[in-house]
Amino acid sequence: MKNIAIGILGAATLGLMASAASAGTLDTVKAKGFIQCGVSTGLAGFSAPDDKGDWQGIDADFCRAVAAAVFGDGSKVKFTPLSAKERFTALQSGEVDILSRNTTWTINRDTALGLNFIGVTYYDGQGFMINAKKLPGVNSALQLSGAAVCVQSGTTTELNLADYFKANKMEYNPVVFEKLEEVNAAYDAGRCDVYTTDQSGLYGIRLTLGSPADHVVLPEIISKEPLGPAVRQGDDQWYHIVKWTYFALLQAEELGITKANVDEMKNSPSPEIKRVLGQEADTKIGTDLGVSNDWVVNIVKAVGNYGEMFDKNVGSGSPLKIARGINALWTKGGLQYAPPIR
Amino acid sequence: MASQEILREEPSRGSFVNDPKVRSLFFQTLVVVLLFGAVWWIVQNVIDNLQRLHIASGFQFLRGRAGFDISDTPIAYTSDSTYGRAIIVGLLNTVIVAVAGIITATIIGFVIGIGRLSQNWLIRKICTVYVEIFRNIPPLLVIFFWYSGVLAVLPAPRESFHLPFGSFLNQRGFYFPRAVWGEGAWLILVALVVGIAMAWFVARAARQRQMATGQQFPVFWTSVALIAGLPLLAYVLSGFPLSFDFPKQSTFNLTGGFQVKPEFLSLYLALSCYTAAFIAEIVRAGIRGVSKGQTEAAAALGLRSGSILRLVVVPQAMRIVIPPLTSQYLNLTKNSSLAIAIGYPDLTATAGTVLNQTGQAVEGVLIMMIAYLVLSLVTSAVMNVVNARMALVER
Amino acid sequence: MSWVRTEMALAQPAPTSERGPIAWVRKNLTGSVGDMVLTVLGIAIVAWILPQVINWAFINAQWTGPDRTVCATVAQGGIKPDGWSGACWAFVNAKFGQFMFGTYPVEERWRPILVAILFVALLVPMLMPRVPRKGLNAVLLFLVLPIVSFFLLIGGVFGLPHVETSRWGGLLVTLSLSFVGIAVSLPLGTVLALGRRSKMPIIKTLCVVFIETVRGIPLITVLFFVSVMLPLFLPEGVTFDKFLRALIGVSLFAAAYMAEVVRGGLQAIPKGQYEGADSLGLGYWQKMGLIVLPQALKLVIPGIVNTFIGMFKDTSLVLIISMFDLLGVVKQNFSDANWATPQTAKSGLVFAAFVFWLFCFGMSRYSMYTERRLDTGYKR
Repeated sequence: MKNIAIGILGAATLGLMASAASAGTLDTVKAKGFIQCGVSTGLAGFSAPDDKGDWQGIDADFCRAVAAAVFGDGSKVKFTPLSAKERFTALQSGEVDILSRNTTWTINRDTALGLNFIGVTYYDGQGFMINAKKLPGVNSALQLSGAAVCVQSGTTTELNLADYFKANKMEYNPVVFEKLEEVNAAYDAGRCDVYTTDQSGLYGIRLTLGSPADHVVLPEIISKEPLGPAVRQGDDQWYHIVKWTYFALLQAEELGITKANVDEMKNSPSPEIKRVLGQEADTKIGTDLGVSNDWVVNIVKAVGNYGEMFDKNVGSGSPLKIARGINALWTKGGLQYAPPIR
Repeated sequence: MASQEILREEPSRGSFVNDPKVRSLFFQTLVVVLLFGAVWWIVQNVIDNLQRLHIASGFQFLRGRAGFDISDTPIAYTSDSTYGRAIIVGLLNTVIVAVAGIITATIIGFVIGIGRLSQNWLIRKICTVYVEIFRNIPPLLVIFFWYSGVLAVLPAPRESFHLPFGSFLNQRGFYFPRAVWGEGAWLILVALVVGIAMAWFVARAARQRQMATGQQFPVFWTSVALIAGLPLLAYVLSGFPLSFDFPKQSTFNLTGGFQVKPEFLSLYLALSCYTAAFIAEIVRAGIRGVSKGQTEAAAALGLRSGSILRLVVVPQAMRIVIPPLTSQYLNLTKNSSLAIAIGYPDLTATAGTVLNQTGQAVEGVLIMMIAYLVLSLVTSAVMNVVNARMALVER
Repeated sequence: MSWVRTEMALAQPAPTSERGPIAWVRKNLTGSVGDMVLTVLGIAIVAWILPQVINWAFINAQWTGPDRTVCATVAQGGIKPDGWSGACWAFVNAKFGQFMFGTYPVEERWRPILVAILFVALLVPMLMPRVPRKGLNAVLLFLVLPIVSFFLLIGGVFGLPHVETSRWGGLLVTLSLSFVGIAVSLPLGTVLALGRRSKMPIIKTLCVVFIETVRGIPLITVLFFVSVMLPLFLPEGVTFDKFLRALIGVSLFAAAYMAEVVRGGLQAIPKGQYEGADSLGLGYWQKMGLIVLPQALKLVIPGIVNTFIGMFKDTSLVLIISMFDLLGVVKQNFSDANWATPQTAKSGLVFAAFVFWLFCFGMSRYSMYTERRLDTGYKR
């Protein structure tokens, strides 16, 4: 019996244990042939499995964009669903290569937790949702004193909530759950009056409720929640690849390069478009980064530009119908701004 | 000749390798070396990883400001309290739900266990169905059932069920009036303590008298009179210092009064029901372990079936029952960690939140493990004392 | 001697008060006033619960349907009349594939099905005492099957596409976690039990400390340990698959309990058996393997099966470390907007409970059967 156990364990270990040299993440990723991407356990619009089990959403698409930059193929990515509690350890330990899981960028996470956020793929803020049918007359978060508030544990949301009610000298009953689905179920069942999380999340969650039309999102935004992907500290090359993938997505939108026209755009007379798409003679932009020179072409072909990605997953092309707002490009009055690719 | 001499020189000993003492020493040294090697390797890895990833370490974080709120706080706690205090709040919540669950599970378990041996066919079958259902589904599912059941059946706060004594029942929990003690209320407490002490002495004296003379004394009613009457007298004498804070309807919830949250209710009910099924089986086995002659002898002495159970069977069954009962109590305490699935802030949940806010996984998990170990050891110790006292009754 | 009767008197039927349904009712239901009260109470309980359950689960239930409308009342945006309450088996029906396999690719699902068929084909003869060749059967079941299943399920060889464990889910995860847990914890637990009874003080202490520590903490803590702490124990860049980590956690946990069960068996073996083995000149492992363990393990089969049942139920906890076993997948599907109705959650939970119940009840019945079968030989 003992031998059997050792045999099983040995086989399992050989098959499942992914060992990697302590070289760069890029080399490891290239060696194994795919990118391991940490996503949420299911948040509509950001990362959620569809009927076939394929991950959809803006966070999932971002990982596909990185895969397209590295391999020229957006499908070379595998997803690991992570709870709020596991996400940082999973990244720290190398279980995932990128954490793209609607995670808020804070100084504490950059310094004490050993992460590097690469930028903000979605500017969000924490809001409140209530059942307007059950609570007529409530139209501001400042009227919520005494309410029972549903919130997910181990998030910045939980901390902001405590701060907001304290600052406004209001009382509340926290109803705290580990997983998003559990918070949704409890709110839907009427366990609490108020649901608080990032506003984008509230819109997504509203769709999954029994009768979405009854619920309204209150106007107050009580915090800044810049959501972005993060990588491990101490690997600058990988950090740059992920960061510039994000910038390339923005740059593509700014230059009007879309999934549909990217091949025509290669022959564009504009020197800037040619440079970004790697069509300049003797260009080294891509190879210096550690990827091929047509990396931007690959990215756009895989997921489109930032605007397309946004519309498809959370914007007008999705059930969530979230307006671009501050997530518009800087040229259109938003905050999304990419340094030049040159 | 030579061979004989050799035999005489080493009469019982084979080769050095086969000496059990040497072998044992060798194996143990090997294990210790391997163990220390592994531990050293792990510690090195942890230190390396923490340094490389710039993760903070050490237990200083326990003194930091928690920043999050907890729904059930048996001791004073706000978001300004420390992480350490948050963990203590969680530990107390675990203890509360475990103790309440243990008491209820024992009561239900004994009732069902005795019911399974009932003369009555219907009762026997109902109890069997209960045991077979609850024993064979995971406790986590039982908890989910109770939670979704509690939330689905109970009304919203505005349509609360009104119960007697100004209590309310709704989705937000069970509300009942909280006693507010006025001046001179300590007298009531003193009276209660005195009442209990006197009842104990009366009971002892009555037992001695019954042993000596066979005369019985109405111990039960005397005790009730002492324990309930004395505080009542004190209450009247000290000028009615007790008032009640009744729950009242406000915008969102009921305010005031004392609130038992649905998370606690469903966890407590689920743990009680689940563990009760196991306790019932233990009780059944215990009672069947008491030989039939005991019951028959008691019946021959003219005791009624209730008295037979109370005076003859159960005291003997308890000796068989207590050791497995202890491990069920331990299981219940450990299963209370499933609270995390429905958001009751027990030790696992609060320590988990602290772990997540500070990122200090190693310390967080260590605290959890040690706390549960201590709880388990304390429960075992208490039950061992009970067990020892039960055993002393033996001849 | 004419007063001696030469033939047996014919057996008389029992008096009417002692036979027939009326006597049965009198004896079993209405023996005394107390009994009558209990019976009325019992009938009341049954009459209150049973119709509700049957109504909900069968009569009012919705068996098929494309989406939530078939399970929702008009007010909730569906087609059912207001006040309708019944099980939404249509939800279970639509999600059945996911409940069984999680997000395992649809075109590859024949692989887990094949493994399941192999498993049943090997397990059934193993459980039937009359079928011969138990040794070969055991080798196939505990040695060959895991290896074959491993390659079949994971793939990546013989032209089978690779399916990473994060796509496994549902009953597949529940069963594979339990099976591997059982196959690992039994030998590991036996070794620990032997260690605990060993005469070497250091080894004994280590085993005692391990067993008592693991038994003193909840499984969730162990799972947290393997999911957040274990990665930090390994050198940089080495990571374990999440599934493997859960396996390690569950197996270690079950091994500690198994050790105590086996220890009980070891203690029940009379000292003479040990001394007899010693006097024959058998070494330690020969003594244990040939004389003591075969007897001890046989004695504690019910305890072992109970530990298995406990472990099978405990695998549902992996949903807390965001792995999707049966319960996890069922819960995950509650948030599907296509099926969100007030009945969905209840129906899903009842389905999961039924599956768990079926397995656990089956195992416990088998354990009772073995207990009865082995009983005669050991009762003195």
